[in-house]
This record gives sequence, structure tokens and C-alpha cells, in this order.
Amino acid sequence: MKYIDEYRSPELVRGLLQKIRKTAAKLVKPITIMEVCGSHTTAISRFGIRQLLPDNIHLVSGPGCPVCVTSIEDIDQALWLAAQPEIIFASYGDLLRVPGSHGNSLEKIRAAGAQIKTVHSALDAVALAQAHPEQKIVFMGIGFETTSPTVAAAVLQAKKLGITNFFIFCSHKLMPPVMHLLLAEEKIAIDGFLCPGHVSTIIGATAYDFIIKTDRAAVITGFEPVDILEGIALILEELTNGVTEVKIQYQRGVKEAGNPKARAIMNEVFAPATVNWRGLGKIPESGLILKEKFAAFDARRHFSIPEISSQAHHACRCGEVLRGLIEPSECNLFGTICTPANPFGPCMVSNEGCCAAFFRYPMASHPKGISCGA
Amino acid sequence: MCISFPGRIVAFKDDNCLAVIEIGGTKREVSLDLLDEAVTIDDYLLCHAGFAIHKIDTEEAQKSLALLQEIIDNEIY
Repeated sequence: MKYIDEYRSPELVRGLLQKIRKTAAKLVKPITIMEVCGSHTTAISRFGIRQLLPDNIHLVSGPGCPVCVTSIEDIDQALWLAAQPEIIFASYGDLLRVPGSHGNSLEKIRAAGAQIKTVHSALDAVALAQAHPEQKIVFMGIGFETTSPTVAAAVLQAKKLGITNFFIFCSHKLMPPVMHLLLAEEKIAIDGFLCPGHVSTIIGATAYDFIIKTDRAAVITGFEPVDILEGIALILEELTNGVTEVKIQYQRGVKEAGNPKARAIMNEVFAPATVNWRGLGKIPESGLILKEKFAAFDARRHFSIPEISSQAHHACRCGEVLRGLIEPSECNLFGTICTPANPFGPCMVSNEGCCAAFFRYPMASHPKGISCGA
Repeated sequence: MCISFPGRIVAFKDDNCLAVIEIGGTKREVSLDLLDEAVTIDDYLLCHAGFAIHKIDTEEAQKSLALLQEIIDNEIY
């Protein structure tokens, strides 16, 4: 397929690896590169990139899988909403198997009779609202800046069409604030970020200026093997020659200024707010809520969601995995009782979760190619 | 979740608010509401969750790939 196959060329991969090995040999100390995006995490494991890199380049995964960072409180509230008889709950498929505090999941309560529909787009949920005027459609909005403009556009469309039975249960998050927080994490000491390609399609390159101000490298990177290796090569170049700018490796998908129209639509509907992240707690201005003007579409305001005492599984270490503090294999549940077929934490549920990637590609996920318990 | 795929425009619908795009032989409809530039048939779009979010700069893509190839061929790396 065009724009995919060319970026899997073995010849280019070999050339880039040679470049990476040469530059890495000049490093005075080992370096740590964090990939923040869940799609990068999956691609790195899937294409066995960790194994190809020299020993002094360490890749760690960050909190860029939207399903994984959705708080247990939000999952429990979603389960409550989805169980209400007047509600049809619309969700991306990825969320369905995330366990709540009491062992339930959207998938389990759907089997027990709850009306839950899997959708691929917020527009599908608007169409559901049109098709079922007697029901209330609640769409669970998760995702970073790539996804939130699509949900904002769906809200605008529902408003234009005069639809009054469409609601957003908003759990959207923003990428730069959490990266800011991770920069200060001494235990991982990040030297450079592979910045998320499609988030950057929307927010552009200047959104990461705060990273280079701390002399850490930031390279906006695509998702194919050639992209990721070129991204790593550019980070090495920056670190050896001095960090000067946010670089865009993923030029075919990202403009310096991002997509201002998508940002304007997102900003028309949503406002930044302090929200709770799984494993990271409350981070100021790191999430989105619906603006007052769109309160009629806000499920949190429309429905009286009760207080739920939420508690993640006591032995689940997704929080530490999400901060890059441990690898999945260091969690006792990983690959023993927590598997994709029976996930205990969100990082094993989502296709983009770090635990799922390490479980699915065990040989490729470990730098030495050792199976990590799977 | 932020996965976007590159699709080629094969048709427009609904007063040009929707594009029919083709990827790997499969056709899908995407909204053009979030796109900030004009597009025509055969343009490639990055599509995410039912929306086109970016028009791929074909020339730029070819140029940077050719440059990478040239650097590697000449072992400048």
C-alpha cells in the first residue's frame, strides 16, 4: 500500500541501522528514549526494533495509550452509564474489555443485556442518536489530540442537526502536559522523545518547544520501521551535535503548524481541565471537558452519576508501566494470570498497551531477545 | 488508538462534505470537516476515526524518501 510499503524497505532499514550504530558508538553514556504514543509502542515491538538497536540505546514506553491512561473511576462511571436502561452506550472497541473495580467490563455487562454499541467514529454515535430518538446515546470520548477534534466535530454536527439525545462522556486527554511531567521524572531520565506522529498532525511542532528547552531531543516520528529508525537516528544526531529544534521525521503526515482548523474546532467545544490519569494521578490542564456552551451534550452534567468507590487490582502495576518505571515483565501478574484473554489491567487490554505488545511479541520486546514470561 | 491510515480519494459525496477513500482495495467514507486545505480526486488523506485529518504532501514524501535513499546509497551515514 502506498505510503506504507516504501517505509518497510529492508534496504533503508539496513542503512539507517548502520547510521544508528555509528553514531551510538560515539555516545559517552547510554541514552534513554521514550516513545509516548501507543501506536509507536506496538510498532516497536511488532517490528522487533528494540532487538536491532545497540546496547547503549534504551527504549521505554510512555503513557500514550488512551485506553490505558483512562482512570478506573472513569471506567466505573462508564459501566454505570452503560447499565442504565434508557442509555445506548457507544464506545470504541478497545475499551470494551477494560475491567472496572468490581470485575465487570463493558463486554461483560453487554452480555448481561446492557445496550452497548461498538463504533469507529463519533459520527456513528450521532447516527445512532438519529436512528433511536427514544433513547439517549452516550459516546465515550477517549483519546488525545488526534481524536478529540473528531469528537468536537461530531458535537457540532449534532448541534447543527438539532439532536438532543446525544451525549459525550468525556475522558479526553492532552499529550504535552504529561510529557512535561515525565521530563522531571528522575528515575527514568529521558534523553529524548519520539513524539507522537498523529497527535502532532493536529498540534504541530512548536507544542514540544518545552522539551528542547531542557536540552532533551524531540523528534516527531511516523509509525513504520523506516520512520522509527530515522526518528531514533535524528535523536542521536541531536544529542551528539546539540539539541537545536523539534525535528519532524514524519514530514508526509505533519506540518510545522499542525492542523489549525482541527484545533479551532477542538477549542470551540472543549476546554482544558485538571484530570485524573491512571498511574499518574491528577495533572493540571491535562484533559478536556465540554465548554458551558455545549453543556447539553455533556453526560457528566446530564446524568446523576453516583459516587462509586473505585479500586484497581491491588497487584496490577500498570501505573508504573505507564510511567516507564518498569517493564511489563516486572509485574507479577504479567503473562501469569494477566493475559490478553484475561486482562487485569488496561495495558494488557488495549492493542496499543505496553503489556499487550510485550506479551504478543515477547522475543522482540526484550533487548536481549529473552522471553519475558509469556 | 491514534492510528491513521493513508487513503486515496476516489469520489466526493454530500456536497463535498464527505470523501470516499480507498485503501488496499477497501473503500470508506470520511468527513472533510477537519481538513484545512482543498483536496481533489487522487489526493491522499490521513484518516482517523471517520475524519480526514491531513492531506499528504506527495511531493514532500517522495523527496524525503529519495533523499534518504541517496544518503544510504552513498554511505554518507
